[in-house]
Amino acid sequence: MSDTERHQYDVIVVGAGGAGLRAAIAAHDAGARTAVICKSLLGKAHTVMAEGGIAAAMGNLWPEDNWKVHFRDTMRGGKLLNHWRMAELHAKEAPERVWELEQWGALFDRTADGLISQRDFGGHRYARLAHVGDRTGLEMIRTLQQRTVALGIDVFMECTITHLLKDGGAMSGAFGYWRETGRFIVFEAPSVVLATGGIGKSWKVTSNSWEYTGDGHALALRAGAGLINMEFVQFHPTGMVWPPSVRGILVTESVRGDGGVLKNSDGERFMFNYIPEFFKAETADTIEEADRWYEDKKNNRRPPELLPRDEVARAINSEIKAGRGSPHGGVFLDIASRRTPEYIQKRLPSMYHQFKELAQVDITKDPMEIGPTCHYVMGGVEVDPDSAQSTVPGLFAAGEVAGGMHGANRLGGNSLGDLLVFGKRAGEHAATYASGLAARPAVDEAELERASEENLAPFDNEDGENPYTVHQELQQVMQNLVGIIRNEEELSSAIKEIDSLRHRIANLTVEGHRQYNPGWNLAIDLRNMLLVSEAVAKAAFERKESRGGHTRDDFPMTDYAYWGKRNLICELSSTGEVGTREQSLPEPPPELAELLEEGH
Amino acid sequence: MSPAISFAVLSSFVAYATYAAFVNGFYYVKPYISPFYSPCLATVCGGDSHQRIQGANGVPHLGVFGPWWAISPAILILIFPLGFRMTCYYYRRAYYRAFWLSPPACAVAEPHKKYSGETRFPLIMQNIHRYFFYFGLIFNAILTYDAVAAFVESRSPAYGGGHVGLGSFVLLINACLLWAYSLSCHSCRHIVGGRLKHFSKHPLRFKFWGFVTKLNAKHMQLAWASLIFVALTDVYVRLAAAGWLGHGRWI
Amino acid sequence: MGYDLKLKIWRGDSSGGQLVDYTVPVDEGEVVLDAVHHVQAMRSGDLSCRWNCKAGKCGSCSAEINGRPRLMCMTRLSDFDPAEPITITPMRAFPVIKDLVTDVGFNYVKAAEVPAFTPTAEQPQAPFRMAQVDVERSQEFRKCIECFLCQDTCHVVRDHEENKPAFSGPRFFIRYAELDMHPNDALDRKKLVQEERGLGMCNITKCCTEVCPEHIKITDNGIIPMKERVVDVKYDPIRFFRRKPKAETR
Repeated sequence: MSDTERHQYDVIVVGAGGAGLRAAIAAHDAGARTAVICKSLLGKAHTVMAEGGIAAAMGNLWPEDNWKVHFRDTMRGGKLLNHWRMAELHAKEAPERVWELEQWGALFDRTADGLISQRDFGGHRYARLAHVGDRTGLEMIRTLQQRTVALGIDVFMECTITHLLKDGGAMSGAFGYWRETGRFIVFEAPSVVLATGGIGKSWKVTSNSWEYTGDGHALALRAGAGLINMEFVQFHPTGMVWPPSVRGILVTESVRGDGGVLKNSDGERFMFNYIPEFFKAETADTIEEADRWYEDKKNNRRPPELLPRDEVARAINSEIKAGRGSPHGGVFLDIASRRTPEYIQKRLPSMYHQFKELAQVDITKDPMEIGPTCHYVMGGVEVDPDSAQSTVPGLFAAGEVAGGMHGANRLGGNSLGDLLVFGKRAGEHAATYASGLAARPAVDEAELERASEENLAPFDNEDGENPYTVHQELQQVMQNLVGIIRNEEELSSAIKEIDSLRHRIANLTVEGHRQYNPGWNLAIDLRNMLLVSEAVAKAAFERKESRGGHTRDDFPMTDYAYWGKRNLICELSSTGEVGTREQSLPEPPPELAELLEEGH
Repeated sequence: MSPAISFAVLSSFVAYATYAAFVNGFYYVKPYISPFYSPCLATVCGGDSHQRIQGANGVPHLGVFGPWWAISPAILILIFPLGFRMTCYYYRRAYYRAFWLSPPACAVAEPHKKYSGETRFPLIMQNIHRYFFYFGLIFNAILTYDAVAAFVESRSPAYGGGHVGLGSFVLLINACLLWAYSLSCHSCRHIVGGRLKHFSKHPLRFKFWGFVTKLNAKHMQLAWASLIFVALTDVYVRLAAAGWLGHGRWI
Repeated sequence: MGYDLKLKIWRGDSSGGQLVDYTVPVDEGEVVLDAVHHVQAMRSGDLSCRWNCKAGKCGSCSAEINGRPRLMCMTRLSDFDPAEPITITPMRAFPVIKDLVTDVGFNYVKAAEVPAFTPTAEQPQAPFRMAQVDVERSQEFRKCIECFLCQDTCHVVRDHEENKPAFSGPRFFIRYAELDMHPNDALDRKKLVQEERGLGMCNITKCCTEVCPEHIKITDNGIIPMKERVVDVKYDPIRFFRRKPKAETR
């Protein structure tokens, strides 16, 4: 491997979404030689898909709002399974991180006083989301991208990391390939920050792009780190359902935050029938109260359409199953009858265009047809809340690839805040870790040989399987057997199916050569998708209760006594299989625990 | 609008305007003056000149240029509207595409080896568009005066009283279209408010800017409408001056 | 509702290539990118194209469809006659890497040349106070998804490779406009954009605006106002003489 391209850095960041870029900026500011490595072009990461906003208790519209309220909302939205410390740090630091974006040139929508405007979202007590129309993620990625470029941080675009390298028990670098040439590349670095995002491409109906193959989750597992909360997968309640080719594309929660309501085929606002005990005290139970809330939040409770996403997704699923769905198997999301066309076009411009151009529906005139879509994984690499470091020294994780922050369910708007808060922490601590080492770790040449052989294997097979076919089958398995509603029988057959697919991917064949070959790239990504799918299925099998993004129809109740006190950790066994173990949930200190009580 | 149509209309206009400007006659019939000849700066316009010009009898003139100016007085003024339109952001697009094929259409290869855009003489002169805009405003004021004067005069007892001539309306519409075209101009949009960094500190100018912005969206349509109508106005006056339209007292 | 779609897709690399015919089954409501994915899955696994969000938000899948620069994910098959083949070629203004993938590095070089946002002395530290009406103009330009279709269609570089070093292109002219109109930016980039970034090369033929999938009025709201602002500082003798007294901070 002596002729392979090599680079030395203090910190390498894998992924150039919000978390990755924020981490790189922080590491650079801390004095580390830093590089960002990303599968796509810079600025195309999945963060651009985020629409609604960044949750941060700045109190610009509601002075009553503060980090404590945000902390409480986050923990309750996560069904109390979150790591309290992460929720605390997030709630405290998010406002600073938002202002930092403004400092770097971001232009959020403004209040009448000229401050950053904030909008309502599900599960948040006050209007809290800093936003720019319905393209907040784009604003965030562009701001961070421009900052990264202005600081002169090295960016390796269209470069995929396939293996993490270790020296003894600690990180020593990463191995990957350039998509353009197919040539291999080695990064020697003591600190590696994973910021690779999620895993949604293993499901058929998903709002996620091709990049979301769980690379970071799988890399961490193979490096010896644990994954936490992998059974919790968020199905966003509102994805497009028609036409088939756009099925799954996200319809922002802002539609409901700005006044949209859900209706079934009878025209009924059915969410009033699905208010769970847990949220009864803070949810309106009449249409009149719900409608008043948009103007007067103090004296009214929030509409049930703005319950956390898991509740809304389950309710939609039940309505469709009960035969009250829309013609194409969704339900109706109606803002046309509730707001003026001007308001809709101003607040939701990209939704307007998305429906107009892809579905030929004018959302200022007609309701949208929507249904749940796989959107986000709450689970991820288990990290120390303060430093974002995993159990492997030198391996850090931030953003969607990290676990713990969101517990069993993520509130809308909390992911963008998560990216910034923990991206910054990961970058800083990665730099500190690297500078504190007495000697640079060494890259093991034999490990590089093995990595290279593994990556090239699909070219050696004649008459193997088409990676696209195997991918479609995996998506079908996860969609059907590890979807919104799960049970033991289906999960155990999913585990079997995944096992058989794993044998099949050992025998993939790709055509062509290494230069920009999506078939070959997919064959490599498939290994990660399968490993992560296995982790999700096995964790889901183990957790015998329903909570947040994990619903078991054989265990429909939430089990506070047992499962309410436990997280599941997935780890890789020596035989390459995913195993799970229970780990007790860290207890918040009394002053924070108090905030979680009813009536606060 | 396709480059072929742009080419045809612009060429026809230029041909007609050249003819109308040089023909030096049939541009006035009391109380209507052709927009090509207003304001009249030379004594040659009036009937007091040693030469009699057909269809220009009694035209009011400002007499800046004495009898030594013997050729068409339109030449003295046409440079201003011509310059305004030549440097207009919309017409630039239209004639670069239609006459210079740069490019002939979007994503279609252009036939030039070198390209320097508007960075060198003469095209760098496009940057003085705003001065032509200012002069354009003066012309608009004069043409508006002509239209109003036509209304007033055509109602005078000399014309039978109580009537308004069709020509008055023609002149009025022409003046309105020219105002709309001028106010919708990109330079105007910049001058009234576009150059500000903080709209919030200049609420009145922000309002004007909003108004001009709305008009500006129709700049292309107004450019063509005012171009064609100004030619038609000249045609009307020309025909009337030649006596083809009777007395033009139909309303 | 499905039918067999005929496609002609450019296959090749920097050394050359040709249009290759494919026929794939397509369904109602599908877009050109779906058809390309069908080709990858069923006919030719190594067909290269970029894509990410498939919802017109990331600007990755730019290509030329029947000669017109467009996003493949936002181009519906129902806009075309099913009997006619659809031709897909890579963006012409940039060097081909492979098949539909081009080297868009030009744009990243131009992005790196932009002097970054710099807060004013009045409000050096966020949170800033800025009125909505003051940020709206710049917000329009920040809708840009960097698909680079405007750069691709602009004849200044599409037909003139030699202009590339001195021409930033429409995408970056609106970036300069965005910063110039930012209510709390202190730098003056007007002379820079005219003298070194090639604003004067633009002859406002508006092709960039025509192809913009975000419907940003690149020419009317970005480039022309920028040209007028340049006139203020470079070509307007009256303003030139009475300038200086805080012309920039109003």
